[in-house]
Amino acid sequence: MSVDKHVVKKIARLARIHVSEKKSELLSADLGNILNWIEQLEEVNTDGVEPLSSVNEHALAWREDIVTDGEMPEKVLKNAPENAGEFFVVPKVIE
Amino acid sequence: MSTLVSGRTGEWEVVIGMEVHAQVVSNSKLFSGSSAVFGASPNNHVSLVDAAMPGMLPVINEQCVKQAVLTGLGLNAKINKFSVFDRKNYFYADLPQGYQISQFKHPIVGEGEVKIELSDGSTHKVGIERIHLEQDAGKSLHDQHPLKSYIDLNRSGVALMEIVSKPEMHSAEQAAAYIKKLRSILRYLGTCDGNMEEGSLRADVNVSVRRPGHLLGTRTETKNLNSVKFIMQTIEFEVNRQIELIENGGEVKQETRLFDTTTGMTRAMRGKEDAHDYRYFPDPDLLPLTFDDAFIDELRMGMPELPDEIKYRMVNEYGLSSYDANVLTEERETAAFYELASDGRDRKITANWMSVELFGALNKAGIELAQSPVSPSQLGDLIDLISDGSISGKIAKEVFSEMFETGKDAKLIVDEKGLKQVSDESTIFAMIDEVLAANLDKVNEYRGGKDKLFGFFVGQIMKASKGQANPGMVNQLLKQKLDI
Amino acid sequence: MSDLLKMTATQARNLLLKKEISSVELLDAYQTAMEETKGLNNYVTPTFEVAKQMAMDADKAYSQGTASSLSGLPIGVKDLFCTKDIETTACSAILKGFLPSYESTVTSKVWKSGGVMLGKLNCDEFAMGSSNETSIFGPSVNPWSKKDGNNLSSGGSSGGSASSVAAGAALMSLGTDTGGSIRQPAAFCGVVGLKPTYGRCSRWGIVAFASSLDQAGPFTRTVEDSALIFSAMAGHDPKDSTSASLKVPNFSKAVHAGIEGLRIGIPAEYYVDGMDIDILELWKKGRAWLEQAGATIVDISLPHTKYALPCYYIIAPAEASSNLARYDGVKYGKRIEAETLDEMYELTRADGFGEEVQRRILIGTYALSAGYYDAYYLKAQQVRRLIKEDFDKAFNEVDAILTPTTPSPTFPLGAEVSDPITMYLNDVFTVPANLAGLPGISVPAGLSKQGLPLGLQLLASHFREDKLFSTASAIEKQAEFSLVPPRAAGDLQ
Ligand SMILES: [Mg+2]
Ligand SMILES: [Zn+2]
Repeated sequence: MSVDKHVVKKIARLARIHVSEKKSELLSADLGNILNWIEQLEEVNTDGVEPLSSVNEHALAWREDIVTDGEMPEKVLKNAPENAGEFFVVPKVIE
Repeated sequence: MSTLVSGRTGEWEVVIGMEVHAQVVSNSKLFSGSSAVFGASPNNHVSLVDAAMPGMLPVINEQCVKQAVLTGLGLNAKINKFSVFDRKNYFYADLPQGYQISQFKHPIVGEGEVKIELSDGSTHKVGIERIHLEQDAGKSLHDQHPLKSYIDLNRSGVALMEIVSKPEMHSAEQAAAYIKKLRSILRYLGTCDGNMEEGSLRADVNVSVRRPGHLLGTRTETKNLNSVKFIMQTIEFEVNRQIELIENGGEVKQETRLFDTTTGMTRAMRGKEDAHDYRYFPDPDLLPLTFDDAFIDELRMGMPELPDEIKYRMVNEYGLSSYDANVLTEERETAAFYELASDGRDRKITANWMSVELFGALNKAGIELAQSPVSPSQLGDLIDLISDGSISGKIAKEVFSEMFETGKDAKLIVDEKGLKQVSDESTIFAMIDEVLAANLDKVNEYRGGKDKLFGFFVGQIMKASKGQANPGMVNQLLKQKLDI
Repeated sequence: MSDLLKMTATQARNLLLKKEISSVELLDAYQTAMEETKGLNNYVTPTFEVAKQMAMDADKAYSQGTASSLSGLPIGVKDLFCTKDIETTACSAILKGFLPSYESTVTSKVWKSGGVMLGKLNCDEFAMGSSNETSIFGPSVNPWSKKDGNNLSSGGSSGGSASSVAAGAALMSLGTDTGGSIRQPAAFCGVVGLKPTYGRCSRWGIVAFASSLDQAGPFTRTVEDSALIFSAMAGHDPKDSTSASLKVPNFSKAVHAGIEGLRIGIPAEYYVDGMDIDILELWKKGRAWLEQAGATIVDISLPHTKYALPCYYIIAPAEASSNLARYDGVKYGKRIEAETLDEMYELTRADGFGEEVQRRILIGTYALSAGYYDAYYLKAQQVRRLIKEDFDKAFNEVDAILTPTTPSPTFPLGAEVSDPITMYLNDVFTVPANLAGLPGISVPAGLSKQGLPLGLQLLASHFREDKLFSTASAIEKQAEFSLVPPRAAGDLQ
């Protein structure tokens, strides 16, 4: 399994990580190696095996519907790289 | 009624499906304890979970689970006792986690249906594909700064039900009937306030066209429509655009579009070539959502009567017209008002009084039923006064406007103003005698064969009684006197 | 009093209770040791002032008779735990300067029990690494490095947590373990490292790496100390839906319970090619020690062991790719300014994340993306179930499983960093427990021929940490591992 540069760029785009032309070449080899190694999983017969996403065996606990949080914009915003009053600020988005 | 549309080259069938995002009525958010109430200052209804601070974890709100199940029951849908929360991964400024917690493979509610009624009286069933619970995103404001967008996370994490219909609507009218009916059911259930203006209920509309009997065409999805009018406009615009495109040799592109409320047109959203690779996977911070039959049964027991059932009863038991029944069941509050006002009385007369007098007065005053100065029992009392002959219909109207203005009881007004109907024989005879004595010439003319004058005498007597004489008795007794 | 650094937490606590030493005195000794061992690069944010206040509070508690289980004991914290108003970076450039307005559940429980916070400890960036070399602050150095020799790795990701305890610069410390990040560095540094059952300790307030695998746990010098601090860390947290609502038993009792009649499994599949001969021998010794202590040794099979690592390297990166999406330059941390939102995201994340983190985000994104999900992610989840079922079967027969913690002792810094797969192989014995959610403990049990510490690992079934403490204590007694690393603080020598 090799991951060509085109795929690397597509994946990097999905993950919103900028990769230079040169870096995408390096990554292409790098990711290819790792995926090759991972593909030994194909040896395992998993017919009819239910996928396991959680080892927890208890039921999901529910919260009561009461307001217990919020009303602290200063805490929410204090680490923001940019804010205007009580808003976060980002470069203009055009839909 | 045919829903086919004729184009230049022949007929087209329109196929519409809708994904409705309904904000769940709850105090707090789906996975955090901050308030879900609309309208706070920016970033005030935001917890550290909603702002996706490192290490924050979701904990599910039980009320939101109940509301989704209740909605499923109201749409006669299959309730899934096992469902799974997945992460839908994408980057956007108002999506602080970088993913939305939603349900993908295993939604909480499966297939159901909504019955709609069209203007020609025909009914039509629209299938529900599924309902899933998910988080709302925050809000981006693009008009505050020339180079920046401002982000408010107040809505981030508020619970939504995404109600996905099957592609079973074929005209703007059907789509409008569907969304109205859905809204009405949600409001009856109390699971969504249905406030489209505030965005509590908004629709993504999928439209495609095809030759009748052919395979489905390529669809476009127009997002976030928040009024019935916009939904209809979008459908009409998209149908015309798509037909024209195909008839001119073009092809419809599967894409997401936006509706421009000022022009009434839709346009393709700007580049999102990877928008559909959401990399869904089960959220490892949550476990599968499970509950038992007892939980569902308890919710079912507490369910209110829904508009279709009430309407059925109104038409078949109360004898109301289908039109009146529709008017009276559109809102849960209206139906409840009517049931109270008409209980133990003439159902039809009460229906009439509500739809003509009460709604007329409310309209004129520009207020909602909830603020009506006349309560259901007060209206009922008024109708009782009519039925037992205490006042005439005409006087009743007068009494009603006084009630509406002052909030006083009908009886009190009738007593205060001495409006009680006169049904005492000797009193009425006395009035008749007076009127006849004053118009001897006319009495002679009448007896001479001028029958028409009977009406004149009745008018004079009613006038003399200030409208309070029982009109039936006046007629009967006058006849006795004149026909001697 | 130079013996202060030599005491175990349990010993120190006894002297504090008898008022033979004070918390402030103890803290002073540790803060001096922190200065002295600065070259090991363990503390990324020391918290001298906070520590002083906490030690004074502890002394007050002792004098008023209100002391708790950890009162006055100096404790270091991996920089993955969010600590209120104290910089928390996950050792990543992208979180530089981040000041949480909240305290993680586990650390706040430890402070509530009287623990004294020494500072934030070095680790691999976002806990992704096995040598502490992906940290933006540079690697933690293993105190077992010869004074004039190469700098050796403390292991990872909780390198600073292991190194500081071994070097006498923390009495105990907190770490997290996603694929071996507590047990492997504990083995490399010659200390005790416990990874509790998944769900035993709250994950709330810990920077997430892979949510279905992450668990917090302690580093200590003895098994008894491990039980002491673990009892304070464990317990149900309604803010973490994956935390188990179980009562926390008295683990200190388990330490002294003995292992008479326990059945200990030795899994055939843990003999792997290229395993260090010293480790094989130590493993045999461990088996003999347990037998001498009254346990029965049972040969068992965990047939899917071989697939645990590749399975892990799909699941952990997949979850990480999603967990790390929130570092986007909007709410906190680093931002590289740009004209468009997407450009800002891409530049910020390319600049803020190190190479290994980017690599894992990309692998994870790939494994979840359209067309690859079934072949990679779903397949890995299926294999994960088979791995868990192997253990379920094994624990029908045995009370605990004995394995080496790592296939080799530590290595010089820089030796493995270029090849990710070689680096990943460090976790071959530790990863299966994370996939199955099982508790595991690494106990220092001997030295390699080059004089480097080696650890033995014990695994038990879900929520049976008590059995780990009993068996680990038996190993500890017989191994008599009491050597002091060459680069430890002078007073520890
Ligand atoms: Mg949608
Ligand atoms: Zn949705």
